Amino acid sequence: MACLDAGLEAIVVQAPAGTLYRGREGMWSWVAHRVTGVLIFFFLFAHVLDTALVRVSPDSYNRIMDTYKTPLVNLMEIGLLGAVLFHALNGLRVTAIDFWAKGTRYQKQMMWAVLAVFVLLMVPSVYRMTAHSFAELFGSTS
Amino acid sequence: MTAIDATGNMTPGSTVQPDDDDRLRIESPRTRRKRPTQNGRGTNFEMYAWIFMRMSGLLLVFLVLGHLFIMLLLDGGVQRINFAFVAGRWSSPFWQTWDLLQLWLAQLHGTNGLRWIINDYAERDGTRFWLKTLLYTASFLVLVLGTLVIFTFDPDLAG
Repeated sequence: MACLDAGLEAIVVQAPAGTLYRGREGMWSWVAHRVTGVLIFFFLFAHVLDTALVRVSPDSYNRIMDTYKTPLVNLMEIGLLGAVLFHALNGLRVTAIDFWAKGTRYQKQMMWAVLAVFVLLMVPSVYRMTAHSFAELFGSTS
Repeated sequence: MTAIDATGNMTPGSTVQPDDDDRLRIESPRTRRKRPTQNGRGTNFEMYAWIFMRMSGLLLVFLVLGHLFIMLLLDGGVQRINFAFVAGRWSSPFWQTWDLLQLWLAQLHGTNGLRWIINDYAERDGTRFWLKTLLYTASFLVLVLGTLVIFTFDPDLAG
């Protein structure tokens, strides 16, 4: 018996602690929601500071806005739009899970609907937003 | 200090093991039932925080996506934004109200979101305390600065 007890104890001690992370649509949408939320929080912090420059002088505000118009920051604006759009759509999904009686049952389908709407809105937006950068980088000046 | 509150739940964060006194607590008859979310201080703060996240989130979907659509996609997008553009927008009380509401809802929504994240991942009491002190200080400054900028904007600064 002592031997068996020791064996069981070893199994219990070595068994993995278990995890709440279960993968698939549910977990990854939650991870993405957190990551995009934190990114948006830090952008908002910077954005309130840059907008506050309108109280300093028109020139200092216009200079910071000129950096927003460069191709590199243009890419980051696409990232910002993507983060906000995903956070908004998935937030609607989370709200539906909380308040709609069948929300939990259809959470996976809603996740794919979120991604479909995301792609549908992002494609034309990226096309519009990058037009100026493409013209600046590759366009002729004539 | 007891590890089990009146509703029979473990007190969050308690390291005290439940003892017999906790286990055998039987309320006197006709005691009013306490709501399950009620914490020791008799407030429902976490429930209101959850409701606030859902309600502010719904409003922010329209406010922020509308804001991004106007600023990044409409007309010339970000290329047309400068001091004169801001002056034109904030001459209208409608856009001032939009931006003020957006600022407050987004900042409070984000602050509570980060509070949840800190609570989830910072395990030491001291770490949680200092991260949240930093968070609340930053949020307070952003709210005060942003509100002042919207209300004291002066288009004549352009001369």
